[in-house]
Amino acid sequence: MLSFVVSCIANLGAVFLHKLVQMGQALLMLLQAIMVQPKASSFARLIQQLYVVGVQSLIIILVSALFIGMVLGLQGFTLLSAYGSEQAVGQMVALTLVRELAPVVAALLFAGRAGSALTAEIGLMKATEQLASLEMFGIDPLHRIVAPRFWAGIISLPILVAIFSLVGIYGGHLVAVEWLGVYSGSYWGNMQQAVDFNEDVLNGMLKALVFAFLISWIALYQGYSCLPTSQGISAATTRTVVYSSLAILGFDFILTALMFGGAV
Amino acid sequence: MNKRWLELSVGAMMVAGIAALVALALQVSGGSMSRNVGHYPVSALFENAAGLGPKAKVTMAGVTIGEVVAVGIDPDTLMAEVRMQIYGQINYLSIDSSASILTAGLLGEKYVGITAGAEDDLLGAGDVIEDTQSALILEELIGQFLINLGDK
Repeated sequence: MLSFVVSCIANLGAVFLHKLVQMGQALLMLLQAIMVQPKASSFARLIQQLYVVGVQSLIIILVSALFIGMVLGLQGFTLLSAYGSEQAVGQMVALTLVRELAPVVAALLFAGRAGSALTAEIGLMKATEQLASLEMFGIDPLHRIVAPRFWAGIISLPILVAIFSLVGIYGGHLVAVEWLGVYSGSYWGNMQQAVDFNEDVLNGMLKALVFAFLISWIALYQGYSCLPTSQGISAATTRTVVYSSLAILGFDFILTALMFGGAV
Repeated sequence: MNKRWLELSVGAMMVAGIAALVALALQVSGGSMSRNVGHYPVSALFENAAGLGPKAKVTMAGVTIGEVVAVGIDPDTLMAEVRMQIYGQINYLSIDSSASILTAGLLGEKYVGITAGAEDDLLGAGDVIEDTQSALILEELIGQFLINLGDK
């Protein structure tokens, strides 16, 4: 009985140490990848990755932003008109989007659309020993492969979040003003009174930056450290989406508490 | 893929992102960053400041002229001390201005309304508004109404 308890505790310790080693490896990978003097040619690779990670995610971001904004407008109108204050729908749509939904939903979509692709790409490079052959040529794959993808993620997501917020607000405008007949002046006027640029918009952007860091880091590490088999790549891709989503939601709560709560 | 097209699309995304941020600043938040134009502190003692908190608006004639910074108890008078910041450009409030705690709508937020006085002396930094009217408390009002009803 006692030996069973002891072995349980030992297993727990082993799992914890294993995770700790993984986190250390992930941190070292990140530091080695980004702590480097950029060369002229790395700029072209960054552009290439910005296209893959950012521009190709635009469609899904635009479409979901439009529909989320329209749903918010519709739901807000139904709820608020019960209290006779449907003019406040603009304020509700804008604050919900700018503070919460735009960073979180865009980050979740980004993790699914771009993060998983990064993991699969790097995992396949590892499985087909492209990373190893780069090293044979004396080229550090961390600088060549990981760094441009990391920076592309960091740059893309805040841009996508800004676009998401604006498109969502216009989607809400489409439903609330054009369809349901809220006065356009009170839609924008209430919104402008309620939304503060520093407090709401910039804090939303800060969230986007944190999420971009988390997603890129998780996706790149999972790809870089995966088992070089087809099952290994598939498991790593799944882990990227699951870990990123959990990290986004967890950090979102912490960031919201720091930014908007606790002002007592 | 054509390299020019690649650069063009990435550049277009960057421009769209920056334009979205500018639109968020101007259209959505109404360019409300330009409000740090300096302000001066003023306080007022109220019998009751129920429902008033930091960041509540201070208005005059319905126009926002500042915000509440803190609400606390004044140890000498045991009244509620409301400390406010009035925007620097509103430098023409007379010393006998009065302050009252008002409610936006029936269930709306509480805010401070300033009514200008007639004196020539002006309200300066750190001055205390003497003439105040407390928050309207619906429960007390209903209580008084019921007592009056019982007297009849």
